[in-house]
Amino acid sequence: MKKTGAQIIWECLEREGVTHVFGYPGGAILPAYDALKHSRVHHVLVRHEQGATHMADGYARASGQVGVAVATSGPGATNMVTGIATAMMDSSPIVCITGQVGSKLIGSDAFQETDITGITLPITKHNYLVTHVGDLARTLREAFYVARSGRPGPVLVDITKDAQQSACEFDWESAAPQLPGYRPDLSPASHEYEHALQLIHNAKRPVILLGHGAILSGAMREVRDLAERAGIPVALTLLGLGALSASHPLNLGMMGMHGEAWVNHTIQEADLLIALGMRFDDRVTGNLKTYAPTAKKIHVEIDPAEINKNVKVDVALVGDLREVLREMLPRIESIDRSEWLDFIDGLKGQSAVRDIQNLPDNGHLYAAHVINDLWRETRGSNTVVVTDVGQHQMWEAQYYKHEEPRSLITSGGLGTMGFALPAAIGVKVARPEAEVWVVVGDGGFQMTMCELATMVQENLKINIAIINNGYLGMVRQWQEFFYERNYQATPLLNPDFAKIAEAYGIRTATVTQRSQVVPSVQSARQNDGPVLINFQVEQEDTVYPMVAAGAALHEMIRRPGPIVETAADE
Amino acid sequence: MLNTYVVYVENKPGVLTRVASLFRRRAFNIDSLTVGRTEKPEVSRMTITVEADPDQARRIEANLYKLVNVLLVENITTAPAIVRDLAMIKVAAMHEARSHVLELASVFRARVVDVAPESLIIEITGGDDKIDGLLEMLRPYGVLEMVRTGIVAMRRGSKCSSVVSTANPVAQLAADDDVQYSV
Repeated sequence: MKKTGAQIIWECLEREGVTHVFGYPGGAILPAYDALKHSRVHHVLVRHEQGATHMADGYARASGQVGVAVATSGPGATNMVTGIATAMMDSSPIVCITGQVGSKLIGSDAFQETDITGITLPITKHNYLVTHVGDLARTLREAFYVARSGRPGPVLVDITKDAQQSACEFDWESAAPQLPGYRPDLSPASHEYEHALQLIHNAKRPVILLGHGAILSGAMREVRDLAERAGIPVALTLLGLGALSASHPLNLGMMGMHGEAWVNHTIQEADLLIALGMRFDDRVTGNLKTYAPTAKKIHVEIDPAEINKNVKVDVALVGDLREVLREMLPRIESIDRSEWLDFIDGLKGQSAVRDIQNLPDNGHLYAAHVINDLWRETRGSNTVVVTDVGQHQMWEAQYYKHEEPRSLITSGGLGTMGFALPAAIGVKVARPEAEVWVVVGDGGFQMTMCELATMVQENLKINIAIINNGYLGMVRQWQEFFYERNYQATPLLNPDFAKIAEAYGIRTATVTQRSQVVPSVQSARQNDGPVLINFQVEQEDTVYPMVAAGAALHEMIRRPGPIVETAADE
Repeated sequence: MLNTYVVYVENKPGVLTRVASLFRRRAFNIDSLTVGRTEKPEVSRMTITVEADPDQARRIEANLYKLVNVLLVENITTAPAIVRDLAMIKVAAMHEARSHVLELASVFRARVVDVAPESLIIEITGGDDKIDGLLEMLRPYGVLEMVRTGIVAMRRGSKCSSVVSTANPVAQLAADDDVQYSV
């Protein structure tokens, strides 16, 4: 049956299982929008194309399905760049579809022409320029396949206006992907398994380092089995949070720059690191020269280019984490490591200066309190927290205990401010039954707050907690520590967030006292519509502990103050 | 250490950019890159030389494989291989110098491909050393212009760099002793 390129786009999306796309129309993509009328795909109209990519990203991270963003040529496409780079760094499967000027105009600097495949070359897993309608179906199928397979990532498909307008015979079956060089399905050799098992069985002080790959691979159960059977404690990366329940006795918590001190000490003391689906980012290793000096290293990773990139390892198992662990588990011996676990408990005892317990009791509201109370109120329910980037992001990671995978959505690798609100919209679209909380700073919120309109237009119940300290807090913290408190360009003159919310018809509350936190959260949860709470917190609070950039992992800056052992953190 | 890669890629628009962009993006310096057709019209073959230590060399290979259009990568640095570069050198050759230049060309088994009243063009094929050697000898006479193709390389013997194999090339290479993802 003959179909136009525009019809083929929606037909292919439907066949790929797409129910929602996030987009913004414009000249070069208009033929596709014209054909949208006859499609079952629901189009979410964003307010800025960066928002569309973050929404697709949030959708993908919350559901495990490919998220789709649509934009026109030129500025529409370039506005997507930040969102694409965000998805690339965090291995998030999204497909971006952009309109392009007519194929005869390419290279002529036509109105709204830009070389978006050239621009996104280093920040996509792969990208395509489609100039012939006959190539369209196969290209879209390949795009979805590449985005979701292997190490997932963003794929961009740039489609000329004439390719959307012209027609050809559409045959889904004969448009199967042709990717002779693409090999997402690697698996380790048997001698590598032997070597890894030998290291695990001989280790006295092993630690599992658990990353985002566990969630992407769906290996949560296998990881838990490995940890329990072999008695190995687990430290998590920021994007790994939730891959093992926070309440699991072997879960140490987050490692790295703002990880708990005992977690970092444990890594430094270990004789074996078992890295599962993580990539030894500089934010988790600190100074590489002094990183885990006595440890052998096993790296289970789907991307061969990550092996020996930052940390030299003794054994690499290149393959899908779940498959690799399934292969290993029957051969894992049960070993008693109580001595090592007791030692770690000792570290906990020495250094369990929970930041929150040392906060001065001066009537001020602290971000840690807000996060801690939010966690108490929402625990046990199907809640997804979407954080932005900065101090509040680290406090959330420290004080919100994530029990489920995909219950924390955050921009890790790229650290994209402005990510939270649009990503949360994608999360809510993907999982309407989930309770969605945006935790965002006053700086990052203002980068993409135009998407409040998208949220309202789509009638999405999302709760927004602005952690408002009147500063670009994390930058201020670095200025405090490393630039002699020279607070250049970090104090913010903020608008009245309550009035902004009201302008969109969003319920709002302003909280300045700790006693108001819980009632405001409860009231937001009971309200049917979206709610924005402006938490006015202590302005110059600092995220502790902290490993300064380039310092050894165990050299942590601690909050000054007395050690008070209370039951406050359960 | 200078590493030599043979890289088979799909013969599609933009693939050269993807490969070159990869080296730029990961901060590896390409020493030489050549690309041309192969016995299969849908496949192009590149020969790339790049300065890298053994760890970097492995990562370059793994990163090349991440490019969707890359079909096969072989690091033939340590394999017995024929490596060739072609140069054309336009050299001033007046009067008595001319016979000396012709003699040098013959010693280096180079060919004279253009003769003009005041200059000659000499074509020479060989490894880097041979071409550099001739160039040094010709310099005193006045090298007016030179162009080199960059190197192309092929394994010796009956073992072929071939893309027909359907088996997983990464796994194959990982099974070799010299190329492995684990250390």
